[in-house]
Amino acid sequence: MDLEFAKQTFIQEALELLGGMESALLVVEEEENRTEAVNAIFRAVHTIKGSAGLFGFEIIIRFAHTLETALDRIRNGQVALSHASITHLLACHDHLAVLVEEISRDFENAPDLEIRGRALLDGLAPLLETAPGGGHSLVSAQATPGLETSHGSESDECWHLSVRFGPTVFQDGFDPLSCLRYLGTLGTITHVYSLFAFPPDETFDPEICHLGFEIELATRASRKTLEDVFEFVRQDAAIRIIPPHSQIQEYIALIQEAGDASELLGGILVACGCISRESLDEALRLQRVEGNVPPGPRRIGEILVEEQAVPPALVVAALEKQKRGQDPQSTETKVVRVQADRLDRLVDLVGELVIAGASAQARAGLSKEAGLIESTAIINKLVEEIRDNALSLRMVQIGETFSRFRRIVRDVSKELGKSIELEIRGGETELDKSMVEKLSDPLMHIVRNAIDHGIEPLDVRRARGKADSGSLALSASHETGSIVIEVSDDGGGLNRNRILAKALERGLIRENAVLSDQEVWQLIFAPGFSTADAVTDISGRGVGMDVVRRNIDDLRGTIDIDSYEGSGTIFRIRLPLTLAIIDGFRVGVGNTSYVIPLNLVQECVDLNAFLESAENHLVNLRGEVLPFLKLREVFGIGGALPPREQVVVIQYGETRAGIVVDRLQGEFQTVIKPLGELFRQTRGVGGSTILGSGEVALILDIPQLVQRVSSAGHRPNPSTSI
Amino acid sequence: MAELIKLPGQKLANRSTSAAGRSQYLAFSSGGETFAIDIRSVREVIQYGGLTEVPLMPSFIRGVINLRGSVVPVIDLSLRLGRTGTEVARRTCVVILEVPAAEGMAVVGVVVDTVNEVLEIGPEDIDPAPAFGHDVRAEFISGVGKVTGRFVILLNVQHVLSVQEMAALAGGREAAES
Repeated sequence: MDLEFAKQTFIQEALELLGGMESALLVVEEEENRTEAVNAIFRAVHTIKGSAGLFGFEIIIRFAHTLETALDRIRNGQVALSHASITHLLACHDHLAVLVEEISRDFENAPDLEIRGRALLDGLAPLLETAPGGGHSLVSAQATPGLETSHGSESDECWHLSVRFGPTVFQDGFDPLSCLRYLGTLGTITHVYSLFAFPPDETFDPEICHLGFEIELATRASRKTLEDVFEFVRQDAAIRIIPPHSQIQEYIALIQEAGDASELLGGILVACGCISRESLDEALRLQRVEGNVPPGPRRIGEILVEEQAVPPALVVAALEKQKRGQDPQSTETKVVRVQADRLDRLVDLVGELVIAGASAQARAGLSKEAGLIESTAIINKLVEEIRDNALSLRMVQIGETFSRFRRIVRDVSKELGKSIELEIRGGETELDKSMVEKLSDPLMHIVRNAIDHGIEPLDVRRARGKADSGSLALSASHETGSIVIEVSDDGGGLNRNRILAKALERGLIRENAVLSDQEVWQLIFAPGFSTADAVTDISGRGVGMDVVRRNIDDLRGTIDIDSYEGSGTIFRIRLPLTLAIIDGFRVGVGNTSYVIPLNLVQECVDLNAFLESAENHLVNLRGEVLPFLKLREVFGIGGALPPREQVVVIQYGETRAGIVVDRLQGEFQTVIKPLGELFRQTRGVGGSTILGSGEVALILDIPQLVQRVSSAGHRPNPSTSI
Repeated sequence: MAELIKLPGQKLANRSTSAAGRSQYLAFSSGGETFAIDIRSVREVIQYGGLTEVPLMPSFIRGVINLRGSVVPVIDLSLRLGRTGTEVARRTCVVILEVPAAEGMAVVGVVVDTVNEVLEIGPEDIDPAPAFGHDVRAEFISGVGKVTGRFVILLNVQHVLSVQEMAALAGGREAAES
């Protein structure tokens, strides 16, 4: 196994666990029933500590260990959780995340991290305070194990661990020593005997592990914890864990398993103080006697079980407990990681399959063979299902992105001393993964702005007769071929006069300019624009809203604002559904086909019958005057005009317009294919699709097309008011 | 969909550099002149057809084709080199190339008059690009190969088909129009 690869896996998994831990911490803060969440937090820290132990990341192990101890006490109900301690645990979480992200750094030379870690651990003291006798909890995490040997062995009981590593341990990229190191964090290792089972001849291979340990460990950890230490090597290794005060037969069984080396092992156990010399002699004698009666070893095993006489009820209870412990974990890990390009390839192939299937069906239809037609119909139905499934693979729910804002809202509102409730709606709305990633930054800016500038301080809210705590809502929904994401608050709203004054000051508008509300709101997206009186940590520097605008533009989306003075603001981001199937409406101009997203299409009418003014490009649609654009003119397509041009009436948001084309060719299911880097700056064409004939058809980006035609020299261009 | 044209040298394409350090080049004609490109960037050669024009693009971007489910842009090499457009005839081909782009490799098709053969040219038979005297931009030429007494211009695919530059040209046209 490649160690670097394993390390990357560790980082990725640890960060995922930390993500879960963060949301669990926030749940703990809000909910009454905390058991599950606290368990999840504990598990996350525990697992990270365990994996870090494999790599010998001491700084992470030390930090996680103390954190785990504190969490364990919370889990056992020994200490109560306050808001302050949750804040502190969140800070610990952040620090752990930094440590994980920076493992490639040389920690020894990172005193800043060390100091910060220590400060955070000191802050955990209230959670650890009542720990009886200090034990090894906080102390052992920071002191070296050797210093407290005597201390540990007094209060803790000695476990005996017998470990024989599998031959491939080195090749698998594990360092047996890391297990020992990790054990050292659980308690105090009082004795270690290393065993080497070298092969006698020249077959010795330095890459094969011949190593074994006999370990005496003074600890209060449970058997499960000790077993977990060896989780990653357990498969091939022979591991025997003997609890303190075990019956002598446990050790005898161990000696007997050792076979040829039993004399040596016996000596070690005597040296460890596990058994007395007399018991050993007795055991060995017994073994010899039993050995004469076949089948010897098995019978001893049976005797052992008899003698241990464990009540069956206890076994059942233990098994159930173990099962419970594993269940939540198994639901958490039912995810397969797949590289994005593999998915893309799959989607491409499925698209091909759809096209090939359509052509097969057409041929079958011509053959007039009922059986063949039926078979191809069934195949096509299955292909469509496969396509739907394949396309859904790349889609992720936006809820995960939204819930990250719980933390931000919590922190920022605490910092500003505002009480804010975050409401999340439509978290199950799906959109393309690559979009989700690019969306989180702009959303962050908007949310921070809303908290900082939008929602008023408590006294103002009271004066305005609003509820004490402000409300902020994130919502997502599908609407007419796009995804709409709204960030709304019940704050003071945008101040029209202040924006105008600022815009005038910055030379963005002329004096006495008459601007609609929409046009005014769009001004805040200008670079460097900020009306905030005070620049805070959170926002107000005027970098942000222009970045928001640019990010949304990059996603070929639009952003608009509704604001009501004194009662709140709504930021509405409208994004196209990329890499999805849409219902398309096919139109023809010249020899080329274009696709308009069907859900934008309102109706189709004959141009000549409704023409109001050819010069001003207006049609009279039953009394409503509608602007139109001619695709032929906009795209500069030559050729003869058809006798009757058609108008496709489209509507998105509040905009209605007509698109004049040569032919209407009906609706069909469209798999959107991106046009690639070369056409990135093309506006008006949003993507492409492959028709049943194998030809490529371009999908029109109607909002951009309309904007392109309507915004000649009009700045800032309001995409929603034409 | 366009059919594959079998190239005599196609089988050799996998090991493009033979033991003696000689490289393989795909030779083709465009506008009556012979050019060659390093075969390592060539993915396949297909018959010209099924092209969809993309509006508002500079003329050298002829459009897009469906290459087994991927939409691939097609460039008119002759126009890109600053000459007249390629006229579609019976033997017009699209050479599918892989070129470096901002995000990994981009697949681009190039229209040429005919595809001729696969040439094996050793480094000793390649002269540096002439500083002047040719109407093709100097950075488009990576060298001039000598093959049995003939000269073949070896094109620098990275420059000729620089996705970044072409996209900027396309964007520039956009900006000029709007």
